[in-house]
Amino acid sequence: MSNPFQQSLFKPKAAGAEASSSQPDFIRILDYNFYYGEAQVLFDLNLDIPHQEVTAFIGPSGCGKSTLLRNLNRMNDLIDGIRHEGDITIDGHSIYDPYLEVISLRKRIGMVFQKSNPFPKSIYENIVYSLRVAGRSKKSELDETVERSLKSAALWEEVKDRLQESAFGLSGGQMQRLCIARAIANRPEILLMDEPCSALDPIATGKIEELIHQLKEEFTIVIVTHNMQQAARVSDRTAFFYLGKLIEYGETEQVFMNPTNKQTEAYVSGRFG
Amino acid sequence: MKTANPFGQNIRPVGEVWVWVSGVGLAIGLFMIGFLLAVILWNGLNFFWPKRVALIELDPVGRTEFRDQKLVAGVIMARLALTPENLSPGNADLIDLAIEDPDYMREMQVYTGNRDVFANRNFAFLNMGDIVGITYPDDMLVLERTEWGNAIVRPQELRLGDGMIIAADDPSFSRQLRTLVNEVRERRATITRIERSQIGRLNARMSRERLEVRYLDSLEDPTPAQQAERASRVERIDEIESLIRPLMEQSALLRGMQREHSLAFTLIDGTERVQPLGDVINFYFPNKKGLFQRIGWFLFKIWEFITDYPREANTEGGIFPALFGTFVMTVLMSLAVTPFGVLAAVYLREYAKQGPLVSAVRISINNLAGVPSIVFGVFGLGFFIHEVGAVIDMVFYPRMVAINTPVFGTGGILWASLTLALMTVPVVIVATEEALAAVPRGVREGSLACGASKWQTIQRLVLPASSPGILTGLILAMARGAGEVAPLLLVGVMALAPSLPVDGMFPFVHLDRKFMHLGFHIYIVALQSPDTEATKPLVFASTLMLILLVIVLNLGAIMIRNHLRRKLTSSAF
Ligand SMILES: Nc1ncnc2c1ncn2[C@@H]1O[C@H](COP(=O)(O)OP(=O)(O)OP(=O)(O)O)[C@@H](O)[C@H]1O
Ligand SMILES: [Mg+2]
Repeated sequence: MSNPFQQSLFKPKAAGAEASSSQPDFIRILDYNFYYGEAQVLFDLNLDIPHQEVTAFIGPSGCGKSTLLRNLNRMNDLIDGIRHEGDITIDGHSIYDPYLEVISLRKRIGMVFQKSNPFPKSIYENIVYSLRVAGRSKKSELDETVERSLKSAALWEEVKDRLQESAFGLSGGQMQRLCIARAIANRPEILLMDEPCSALDPIATGKIEELIHQLKEEFTIVIVTHNMQQAARVSDRTAFFYLGKLIEYGETEQVFMNPTNKQTEAYVSGRFG
Repeated sequence: MKTANPFGQNIRPVGEVWVWVSGVGLAIGLFMIGFLLAVILWNGLNFFWPKRVALIELDPVGRTEFRDQKLVAGVIMARLALTPENLSPGNADLIDLAIEDPDYMREMQVYTGNRDVFANRNFAFLNMGDIVGITYPDDMLVLERTEWGNAIVRPQELRLGDGMIIAADDPSFSRQLRTLVNEVRERRATITRIERSQIGRLNARMSRERLEVRYLDSLEDPTPAQQAERASRVERIDEIESLIRPLMEQSALLRGMQREHSLAFTLIDGTERVQPLGDVINFYFPNKKGLFQRIGWFLFKIWEFITDYPREANTEGGIFPALFGTFVMTVLMSLAVTPFGVLAAVYLREYAKQGPLVSAVRISINNLAGVPSIVFGVFGLGFFIHEVGAVIDMVFYPRMVAINTPVFGTGGILWASLTLALMTVPVVIVATEEALAAVPRGVREGSLACGASKWQTIQRLVLPASSPGILTGLILAMARGAGEVAPLLLVGVMALAPSLPVDGMFPFVHLDRKFMHLGFHIYIVALQSPDTEATKPLVFASTLMLILLVIVLNLGAIMIRNHLRRKLTSSAF
């Protein structure tokens, strides 16, 4: 994928390296422990997330899925008293590298939050926000970004006539799609989605799943979900967490059809959780 | 036997009594505020209402008289009850008289005007038992004059400059008088324009030159360059003087013309007097006016009060400079307090590591809001004027320092505004902090996830989203700052400032100037004027204007806030 805007902080891709699944260890999580103050919530995690695939995190509530996801773009830095051990690398580059600027890391990673969080601005300004903070304000580029992002998020048809209206006038599902459009506006390489469909009706959910399928072409996607069917439908690989530990990780089909672990089997078949 | 109430016997909601108690608390609070506003509104507006002039006849053998007269003309202000305790010994028999006629124990306060005739007194106090009759003759005339306040008279005739005489019973008398009064008013405005702006401007330049010359004269042994400078400055002073002279002549000429026509009238006792029309500001026949004329006059008086300069040591005339000074000071204060308070709050809430130290700072800021305002005045004097002002003077006006004429090293509107800004900054900080805290965490995280830096997040999302809250803080700050008087006494307020802090003279905003302030004006008028009884209505009227000014300023800020709110919640931002 060529992206003219990306002067990637990650290693330049080897010439001719084919994108899809060429890097099974695009994101590596190594011996990772994470603490909120004294409380440890992630234990000894080791997993590799492949390039341009969809990886789903599943597990019962409170098992640390969001925590792990939010560590991938260091969003947890905002919280006082956090601590980690081990490392996370993206494209071979540690995200905890002291010489790495968190901002440039986050510019490469889009994030959709568990609770939709549109800005108190117009729809248009919501989308172009990431461009504006990057100092890009060419009208044509912004317009093009808005249209492309909204189309990708399946929202364009619904809002194209009211781009200058407040984002707060949208419905809950529209807001969530707006947040997705905002997350992909600046063409990140990785897209983190924390239960993007928890507030949506089946139709909107379907649209977003379709969207995930399309985005896969371009992005590496990590999605947290409580919906087993959804995980089965959209993801290539699935990681099952329980009480902060990675219980099982593998091809989605294998995890769902043929889990090696008893807890996984119980969880995916809906017998616990 | 037991009724089938599954929830027990007591179905009255628990705590209902407290609803009533708290409701009563609110009612008392509202009543007190309403009462306060009503008192000020009533007394303040009453000042402008044209009241009828009564002609009061006193019992020829009674004890009460006024300036050896048994006839008193004036506006009935109040009827006061006498108490046996405060009767003078000579009047002790009034108690017996009052058994037959209770009026003997009551007094009537009458505004008689004519301060020039009545030894500077404005009021007569008449024992009501001695009052035989009260009439309201149509020919009573009230003259508003540039000096000695109002006159209440019976007009005789108009004496024109060309010797023509128009008697008061001439049907065209009133119309002619109106024309002439308008004429002198216009001429007076011209004189004021010449003296205040044209001559005033030249005078300002000249006094600057004079100060420079004074400095050059103070040098022990001036260099040739300084001597040359002195010579050229003296030359410039002469030049300015030669510019002023014709203006002075012109105004003297106009002043002479003001004495051309005059009005002859008699006082109530029949004494004849002649008043040059140049000293008459306005006149009216109070007993002839109909309701609509009265309303028109009332509105006109309010307008005049707002736009006129005060006269006669602030006891007459309008309040424009005080109103304007208060306005400018409040605006300057807002300009200073907002960025200062907002930045402090942003640091405290967004950047500082929350902990005991920040908590201590926050508590100190809250306590700052409770410090008596005079303390800030003393601080303003000690720090802004004596330290900052002195340094500014030393750097920019070394010559003025040398001849002991401080520019910024003395009270002025800048220091007053900054002092008040300091006093009100806690309010802004607290309000801003609350507004910042109310911005949802999700919005901040969303912004950071988009690759924004912390400052970008604050600047682009957090501050706009909290701007209504910030403005609420500013509104509270303005309400407190606009009415504060005590600290101003130390940092540059004046009872009668020679010029406005903002005018047409370069550089238009004169931050070093002393200024007038409504709060101080009220204080001066109420307590420092020769006849505080007479200026009471003026106090109420000025207070009303102060309240109105605060309301207007607040409404302005509220409108901006609502506009921002609408922008934030409904349309594009
Ligand atoms: N800011 C925080 N401070 C302290 N503990 C936290 C914080 N956020 C989360 N936790 C704790 O960390 C654990 C993991 O939380 P996390 O939000 O990652 O769970 P989750 O798997 O996303 O759950 P859900 O499916 O309900 O969203 C929980 O026990 C939670 O209480
Ligand atoms: Mg979660």
